[in-house]
Amino acid sequence: MVTAVSSPAGSSVSLAVDVGGLRLANPVMPASGTFAEGLDKVMDLNRLGAFVTKTITREFRAGNPVPRVCETTEGLINSIGIPSKGLDYFRDNVVPFYGAFSPPLVVSISAPTVDDFAAMARDLTVAGVAAIEANISCPNIEEDGRSFAMEPRLTETVTAAMRKATPLPLWVKLTPNTGDIVAVARAAEAGGADAVVVANTILAMRIDTETFRPKLGNVLGGLSGPAVKPIALRMVYQCADKLTIPVIGCGGIATPEDAVEFMLAGARAVQVGTTTFVRPTAMIDVIEGLSAFCARRGIADVNELVGAVVDGNTAPEEAEAVL
Amino acid sequence: MLQSCETRSAWTANDAPVADAETIVSSHTAVNDEYRHLVLRAGRPATLAAPGQFFHLLCPASSEDKPYLRRPMSTYKADPEAGTLEFLYKVAGLGTRALATLKPGDPFRVLGPLGVGFTLDDGWRHIVVLGRGVGLATLAPLAEAAARKGIGVTAILSARRPDLIMSADRFGAIGADVRPVLDTDGSSAPENVREILAGLAREGRADAIFTCGSNRLFRLAKDFARETGIAGQVALEQQMACGIGMCFCCVRKFEVDGELVDKRVCWDGPVFDLKEATSW
Repeated sequence: MVTAVSSPAGSSVSLAVDVGGLRLANPVMPASGTFAEGLDKVMDLNRLGAFVTKTITREFRAGNPVPRVCETTEGLINSIGIPSKGLDYFRDNVVPFYGAFSPPLVVSISAPTVDDFAAMARDLTVAGVAAIEANISCPNIEEDGRSFAMEPRLTETVTAAMRKATPLPLWVKLTPNTGDIVAVARAAEAGGADAVVVANTILAMRIDTETFRPKLGNVLGGLSGPAVKPIALRMVYQCADKLTIPVIGCGGIATPEDAVEFMLAGARAVQVGTTTFVRPTAMIDVIEGLSAFCARRGIADVNELVGAVVDGNTAPEEAEAVL
Repeated sequence: MLQSCETRSAWTANDAPVADAETIVSSHTAVNDEYRHLVLRAGRPATLAAPGQFFHLLCPASSEDKPYLRRPMSTYKADPEAGTLEFLYKVAGLGTRALATLKPGDPFRVLGPLGVGFTLDDGWRHIVVLGRGVGLATLAPLAEAAARKGIGVTAILSARRPDLIMSADRFGAIGADVRPVLDTDGSSAPENVREILAGLAREGRADAIFTCGSNRLFRLAKDFARETGIAGQVALEQQMACGIGMCFCCVRKFEVDGELVDKRVCWDGPVFDLKEATSW
């Protein structure tokens, strides 16, 4: 059911990137939670660099009370609560669906304990799953509900446990709700992650001034959309500078220019999330726009953009070459 | 291919094409001081929308109102021959205020047609539609589809006052038995509506009942369908983000095999079996 997508203009720009153990045809993929089979009705899924699923848990989860989303300036706050049909349903039904398409399938997982994270990674090491994205931003019941990704120690522990449990490429998705995201990112690398995704939503809330009630059933939620972009960009820049593994940028990416910005900051690939709710074919626009941008700037390989920001660390002759 | 949602296979509209289409506003008028009628020039597949299906509208930002998300809205009329798509809505908040600023000639993006619409059984000879306010806009295309199939329609149109009865002309044009019920004269009271329904059942003119737009009428219709054993469907609303089953924002509770389960209004509905739907 391909109705809204045109093929890209014939350009010689290479968009392929190597990200944390996977070779992707282009650096654009969905952010977890903003992508599912329904998008197949609106666009050609084979155009994407990768698929990233909504986070799944081992057991069935109903999710949070409604309202699960509220609007805010240039973005939204959500508290969906990871509704999940469970691991077995996912393996038996969802994985085969994506087998009909060419992009690699990255499965986002969540679990309440270190051992459960490792067991999930192990049990998803099956044909059709190309990589694991560990959503370690969720509460850890062994640590009073603090999320793993708030602390370097917990991040390294849970990453190392998953690393032992699966040979699949392991991506770790970090939360911006931490005091020192660079330390957490380095801990993920030390624990054996193949890439980090920077970052998840920013803890936020809104209150209805007519009813005096929070606008979300769960009171607090995660802010996403263009409103968070400069913050996510800053975190990507900080993390990419200190890591040897790739950084995947995520946070408010809506346009090709946003993707270029994240790659200049050091992202090897980008995830487009909330924008897809507003413009369902946004990922295609980003892919085509990225290619057009490179062609216009005489850049033959999109990898040349990665970390190419001209800052205090750039040699003068390199800075001059850009202009 | 839609294995994540088993319920869809029972319906007909699932695999129809969907597009994020650029349309042009052809007219946009106030029906009364509450409701507005938007007519778009549109192509296929938008104009192939089935009764009960909806569109996800990219409302334009105005200087005051800047809605970030799209707004779901059920189809008032879709005509593939004329190339038109119509909506009838009440200005109720940020999104509809922004929508109300559209002028003839403006471009306007609509994603759809989306969701599972109404189903009409070939064995039915006479149906009842029971709606209130803007919910009647959703039921009008259903009544017309029923008439095309030779199914008789009784339309019970509920409103606060006579000038807020929506679409009486459209129900009348297909030869429906139109029964306005009003708050101003007390005829919209549940006991009176229940009496009308009971009369239709006695006359054998209620093979199925359809409702939209009022929780009170929904409960009445659900009780009536259970007591008489007839079929029924309800078109539901819920706040949405994506409109295509991905975000799980628009869930409601449904009774399935004695358990309350969440279903997505955008993907599993917005039209549901009265037996499964629950009060809101």
